Amino acid sequence: MEYEPVIGLEVHAQLLTEAKIFCGCSAKFGAAPNTHACPVCLGMPGVLPVLNRKVVEFMLKMALATNCRINRVCSFARKNYFYPDLPKGYQISQYASPPAEHGWIEVELNGGKKRIGITRIHMEEDAGKLLHDERNPVSHVDLNRTGVPLIEIVSEPDIRGAEEAAAYLRRLHETLVYLEICDGNMEEGSFRCDANVSLRPAGTEAFGTRAELKNMNSFRNVQRALEYEIKRQRYVLEGGGKVAQETRLWDDTAGVTHSMRGKEEAHDYRYFPDPDLVPVVIDDAWLDSVRKTLPELPLERRERFVRDYKIPAYDAGVLTASRELADYYEELVRLSGEPKLASNWVMGDVLRFLNEEKKGIGACPIAPASLADLIRLIQAGTISGKMAKEVSEEMYRTGKPPEKIISEKGLVQITDEGALTEMIAEIIAENPAQLAQYRAGKEKVFGFFVGQAMKATQGKANPQLINDLLKKMLAGDK
Amino acid sequence: MELYELTIHELSDRLRAGEITSAEIVSSVFGRIDAVEKDVRAYITLMRETALAEAAEAGEKIRKGEGGPLAGIPVALKDIFCTKGVRTTCGSRILENFIPPYDATVVEKLRSAGAVFTGKTNMDEFAMGSSTENSFFGATRNPWDIERIPGGSSGGSAAAVTAGECIAAFGSDTGGSIRQPASLCGVVGMKPTYGRVSRYGLIAFASSLDQIGPFTKDVEDCAIVMNVIAGYDPRESTSVPQEVPDYRSFLGRDIKGWRVGIPKEYFIDGIDPEVEAAIRKAIRVVEGAGAKSVEISLPHTDYCVAVYYIVAPAEASSNLARYDGVKYGFRAGEARDLLEMYKKTRSAGFGAEVKRRIMIGTYALSSGYYDAYYRKASQVRGLIKRDFDEAFKNCDVILTPTSPTPAFRLGERTDDPLQMYLSDIFTISANLAGIPGISVPCGYTTGGLPIGVQFLAGHFQEGRLLQAASAYEKHARIDKRRPSL
Repeated sequence: MEYEPVIGLEVHAQLLTEAKIFCGCSAKFGAAPNTHACPVCLGMPGVLPVLNRKVVEFMLKMALATNCRINRVCSFARKNYFYPDLPKGYQISQYASPPAEHGWIEVELNGGKKRIGITRIHMEEDAGKLLHDERNPVSHVDLNRTGVPLIEIVSEPDIRGAEEAAAYLRRLHETLVYLEICDGNMEEGSFRCDANVSLRPAGTEAFGTRAELKNMNSFRNVQRALEYEIKRQRYVLEGGGKVAQETRLWDDTAGVTHSMRGKEEAHDYRYFPDPDLVPVVIDDAWLDSVRKTLPELPLERRERFVRDYKIPAYDAGVLTASRELADYYEELVRLSGEPKLASNWVMGDVLRFLNEEKKGIGACPIAPASLADLIRLIQAGTISGKMAKEVSEEMYRTGKPPEKIISEKGLVQITDEGALTEMIAEIIAENPAQLAQYRAGKEKVFGFFVGQAMKATQGKANPQLINDLLKKMLAGDK
Repeated sequence: MELYELTIHELSDRLRAGEITSAEIVSSVFGRIDAVEKDVRAYITLMRETALAEAAEAGEKIRKGEGGPLAGIPVALKDIFCTKGVRTTCGSRILENFIPPYDATVVEKLRSAGAVFTGKTNMDEFAMGSSTENSFFGATRNPWDIERIPGGSSGGSAAAVTAGECIAAFGSDTGGSIRQPASLCGVVGMKPTYGRVSRYGLIAFASSLDQIGPFTKDVEDCAIVMNVIAGYDPRESTSVPQEVPDYRSFLGRDIKGWRVGIPKEYFIDGIDPEVEAAIRKAIRVVEGAGAKSVEISLPHTDYCVAVYYIVAPAEASSNLARYDGVKYGFRAGEARDLLEMYKKTRSAGFGAEVKRRIMIGTYALSSGYYDAYYRKASQVRGLIKRDFDEAFKNCDVILTPTSPTPAFRLGERTDDPLQMYLSDIFTISANLAGIPGISVPCGYTTGGLPIGVQFLAGHFQEGRLLQAASAYEKHARIDKRRPSL
């Protein structure tokens, strides 16, 4: 029997607000343990949460960017469970009354487009982090992360395969980073994903029993885990068995998922409205002020690049992978007036240099203005394309403007026609055998003469001019 | 008359006139504590040394004319308010060694008003109880009869004011925990509107019901301390940014022409005949003061106790989850794993009543039961609130008994939780509706036990409540007896 996978994803994204969601502590990652932890973070007796309104604004940006319906009133709920990284014994989240619902995003798949529904987006606080001492039987808890704001983005069960899941995740990730509300770092846990997977006979409607997958900390792992899990469930079903409703952990090293807890051990979170917080009211004025801050989103920008700059869709995709890179490219286009050349330079040299050092465009030592100057110098024939490669490397290494590098290296192209004619005449005179061959129709010898000419000028001759002159002179025209 | 027997306004007048010093008041109060505390057991922790220092500081300020409204006045705090550097137990073993690194907002406000703190008073563990017998630190006794309970959960604060072990005290009221002990101890106790006094630093029992209020010797003192503690707090999301009137300005005004609502559902079987007689008399007093009594109906009164015992335990089961032995407080030794550590810590750290309510609350919130219990209770709570909204269309204040009985004997109800829960039958509704209430002494039983009358008013109508209470106090002329300790 043919089976069809049905997948829904739950993404947790840490928000880049300065302060935590319910207190004034810094939400920054990487501080010494328990230095960003006040009595509120520690869940001390009698302390109370106060909502950071910036968190609502960041959530609204994502909700608007993913076409959600905004509920004008939403409220917080407590999710109750015991764990040492959860100081209050409950997480403040949203349950019956989420702020955003019924959204969607579009993903590109094998050239086609597919809309994937978003059930809801809500706000919640992150938990702390346990650190287990491997030499001693003790665990430590770091509560810096407690209260760092999260949004949870829950998809509809619209996803039909591992690859599609990865495409959906990449699109969400890209959107969050574009909105500058999440740094998207999967290794540090600022973008986390759980998946619900089930199989059903192809062509049927009813959902099969699902397993929940956890612990996948990269796009690749999400895809691998889903591929594995789909295979595993198919094997179970084909063997006449039943898929158990359970939570399974992805083991990256072994490349398998294994059961963490079954349905019987599932938590009863006893959600109820948090009496310490009042409902959040999102009025028109607030929503409009957030809407005004929304940047152009990656998909729209990609389409505009193809349309306005006449570059291939693939190039537009690469260039809009991050907001900073796309901004860099557009600045370069504005300064150089050459969208295609700009695209070649950014996708070629600039990204290659950066990738070699695993750096982002933000760390690029070549300013768009310098790169525009370089393009202009090539266009004007001041330097050859080959020289330009050398110059750009130097620009990347030193950050110097191209003119300076060209003059320091004496790289200016020889475009003096008289001097070049004289030099070519000499070369022809010195190589009568090759001249004879050329004139006998052996056109390959042309390359030999080009080589000789470039050698004589140490590569500084304008290659187009050399070509033109050689053609004329070898033919015997005067 | 000893200084410890005086009110805030009497002492303040004499302090400002330079007749006495704050140090003298503090010495008088601690002298009284030394004499009677062994019988009353009102305190869990005494703050003698800091009190003397604070008194000296207050004296200095009064001399310079800078003293706040409570300058040099010794007050006691229920051990549910976090006090920076001073152990705060909430009457529980699980917080036996907990020293908060912060002050509750109310404590900060009292401090800046010049109050001197005498200590932390005894209470039912986590404010769960009506007799102060559920304290890990032992029961407090009613100063009028030390074989009887002082009421609860703020029994320590009520007893301390009554016994002269402080001039005023503060407590919290989730279902009657200020008004009921005030009634049983013969002092004035007020529960303000939910949102009127910041809960920041008040250890939570049931967050949607908890409210802080004072115990004082008369209505005027109540107004004085309400001026200090009321007001918006940006650290508390449910505190309301509404202006605080000068509560003293409501004192001494008459209530001529007021309509005083008498809810027919509050005169039930099981109410002590002497209590009922005292309340009937109180009605005649307000009528004598020019008010008109009108019968009103609060049709959902019957459901109050049931609703309360779903909502309060549900919230408590979540609020008390933080006491897990991980970060602070008591942790049971020797556990093989995390689950065992939790179980041992919470089994040994909490008393029986707290565990009972955690279980009830956990059950009420469980999947499959939530709709039948918590959701239904929340809906009925809405109806109860509506009862009051309707009632206040026809009256200015409501008058009821505070407690159905006077103080009962120690141990009398400890084996019967349901009987104990009925102690709060007249006070719970105000918490569910979020309205303010005040209990004022209205007489004594033939056995000499105090009885209290409760006034209720609409949201943020504390001024009206004080006006009614003050007029009643003036016209009732209850004889000022003192307990013979």
